[in-house]
Amino acid sequence: MAVWSLLAVNSLSLGGLLFLLSAGFSLIFGLMRIPNLMHGSFFMLGAYLGASLLQRGYNFWFAALAASAAMVVIGGLVERLLLRRLAGQELAQVLLTLGLSFVIADLCLMIWTGDPIQPATPAQLGGGVRTLGMFFPIYRLAIIGIAVAIALGLWVLIDWTRLGAMIRAGVDDAPMARVMGIQVSRLFTAVFCIGAALAAFAGVMGSPFLSVYPGLDADMLPLALIVVILGGAGSLLGALVGSFIIGLLYNFGQAMFPDLAYVILFLPMVLVLILRPQGLLGRVQT
Amino acid sequence: MTSNPGRTGFVLLLLAILATLPLWMTSLYYVNIASQILFWAVFALGLNVLVGYGGLVSLGHAGLFGFSGYVAALLMVNGYSHAAALPAAIIGTLLMTAVFAALALRSTGISFLMITLALGQILWGIAYRWADVTRGDNGVNVAGRPSPFGIDLTEPRAFYVAVFITFILCLLSMLALVRSPYGASLRGTRDQPRRMRALGFNVWMIRFIAFLFSGFWTAVAGILFIYYNQFISPQVMALQTSAEALLMVISGGTATLAGPVVGAAIVVIMKNVVSAYVERWNMVLGIIFVLIISFMPEGLVPGTARLWRSMMGRRRAAKMPLGLKVAGEGSR
Repeated sequence: MAVWSLLAVNSLSLGGLLFLLSAGFSLIFGLMRIPNLMHGSFFMLGAYLGASLLQRGYNFWFAALAASAAMVVIGGLVERLLLRRLAGQELAQVLLTLGLSFVIADLCLMIWTGDPIQPATPAQLGGGVRTLGMFFPIYRLAIIGIAVAIALGLWVLIDWTRLGAMIRAGVDDAPMARVMGIQVSRLFTAVFCIGAALAAFAGVMGSPFLSVYPGLDADMLPLALIVVILGGAGSLLGALVGSFIIGLLYNFGQAMFPDLAYVILFLPMVLVLILRPQGLLGRVQT
Repeated sequence: MTSNPGRTGFVLLLLAILATLPLWMTSLYYVNIASQILFWAVFALGLNVLVGYGGLVSLGHAGLFGFSGYVAALLMVNGYSHAAALPAAIIGTLLMTAVFAALALRSTGISFLMITLALGQILWGIAYRWADVTRGDNGVNVAGRPSPFGIDLTEPRAFYVAVFITFILCLLSMLALVRSPYGASLRGTRDQPRRMRALGFNVWMIRFIAFLFSGFWTAVAGILFIYYNQFISPQVMALQTSAEALLMVISGGTATLAGPVVGAAIVVIMKNVVSAYVERWNMVLGIIFVLIISFMPEGLVPGTARLWRSMMGRRRAAKMPLGLKVAGEGSR
C-alpha cells in the first residue's frame, strides 16, 4: 500500500514535469505549427545551466529562473534569426531545429563532459511529510504544486487575457489579425520564448531526480511528443491530461515490467492514433 | 523527365567506373568506403521513395533499418543459417513497416513526421532496454558473411561486388517505379491529394504501398550494414541515423534518382574525413543541416543542375521550387 501511494506521488510529479515540458511544445506546435525538435535540447541545456549555477552555490530558485531566462534569450534568437526566415515551411523548420539540437547536444558534451551531474534537492524542500502513516517527499509534492500553478496561469493567460485573445486570433487567421493591428510575429516570438523558458525550468526542477546527462534531450523529446500526440496539439488541457497519463504509465510500468516500461509508454499513443487521430482533446484541423 | 543522351552517357560512365572499382582500386580502405557509400545509398534511395516522391518525411527509418539488422543478427547468433535469417529479416521488417505505415498514415505532413519519430524511438527503446533478448547496449556480433555460389564475401572486394549488384537492382527498381503509372500517381498524391482522391485514386493505399517499398530497401540496406560491420548496437536505431539518412536524401536533392546516391557519398566521405580529425561528427552533421536548409534547400543535385543549365545558356526564368514538399490535405 505504501509502495503504491509513493508510486502515485512519483507519477504525479513526473506528470507535472512533463506538463512543464510539453505545454510549451504543444503551444509552439499547435498554435504556431512549428515542430520544434529542439525542445528536448532546451530542457537539457536548462538543466545543465541550472546544475552549474547550483555547483557555484547559488540558490535553487535563482538557478531555475536564471536558466529559464537564458533560454528565453536563446529561444528568441533562434526564432527571430533562423525560424522566422522559414515561416510556413514546416519541413525546413523541422530539419533546422533537428540540426540545432545536434549542435547543442555536442556543445553540452564538450562543456559538461559525459559524466552525469545530480544536483541536491533544495534544502528547504528536503525531507518529507508523514500523513496517514506514510512518507511523502516534499520536493515531489512541490513539483506537483508548481506544475498545477503554472497550468492555471497559462490557462488564464490564453483564455482570459487580452494577450491570450490576440495569440488565438493570430493563430486562427494571421493576415486578418495583422489587419486589426496585432503584431502577430512578435506574439509568436513571445510564445516561442515562453515555451523555451518552461522547458528549461522543467529541466532544472527535474534535475535532482532525473540527473543531467548527455542524451537527456533525446530521452525527453519523445516524451513531449507522445504527450502532445495523446492530448492533442495546441490544447493545454490535453497536455495536462497526457502528461499525467504518461507519468503514471512510466512509474507503474517501471515497477511492474522494468524491461518493457519504455515500450508501454507508447501504447496509449498507438491507441489514440487508431481511435482518435487528432488527440484526446485536439481540434480537428479545418 | 526528358531523356538526354549526354546525361545517360555520363551516368553509364559513372556506373562503369563503380562496377570496375575492385579492379583498379588498390587500397582496401577505399574499397570499404565505396561499399559503405553504396549500402547507405540503398537506404537513402528507399527513404527517398517516401520523402521525395510521396512527400511523406519519415524520421523513423533508422528503426526499420536497425530492426532488419537485429532480426538477421539475432537469428544468426541463435544458430540459423544465412539463407533462413535473410528472408526472415526482410519479411519481418516488411511487417513492421506495415505497422508503421498503418499508424503514421493516419495523418500527413508534420504529424506524420512526429509519429514516425515516436515509432522509431519505440524500436530503439526495445533494442536498448529489452536486454534479455537484444543484449542491450552491448550489441550483437555477427559471426561472418555468407558465401553465395561459393564466393567468400569476407574478402572486401567480393563484398563490394555483392553490394554493387544490390545497389544496381535497387536503382533499377527505382527507375521502374518513377516511370510507372504508379509512380506518377504517387507524385500526384504528394502534390494534389484532394484532386487525386476526387479522381478516384485510393490515396491511402498508394501511400501505404510506397511505405512498404521504402521499407523493403531499408531492410536490405540494414542487412548489408550488419554484414559490413559484423556488429549492431542500439546506436544504429537512434534518431541520429534517421537524420543522417534524411540528410543524404535532402543534401543530394529529393525526388531525383541521383540525389540520394550523391548525398550518401557526401555524408559517408565527410563522416570518415571528419572522424579522422575531430570527434565532433554530430556537431558537423547539425551545422551542415542548418547550412543546407538556410542556403540550398533544393539540394545539391538540382542546385548544381540549375547552375549547369544557366551556364550552358539555357537559362530558365522560372525559379526552382523548394525541393522540400510535404504532402498534406492542402486546403489552401
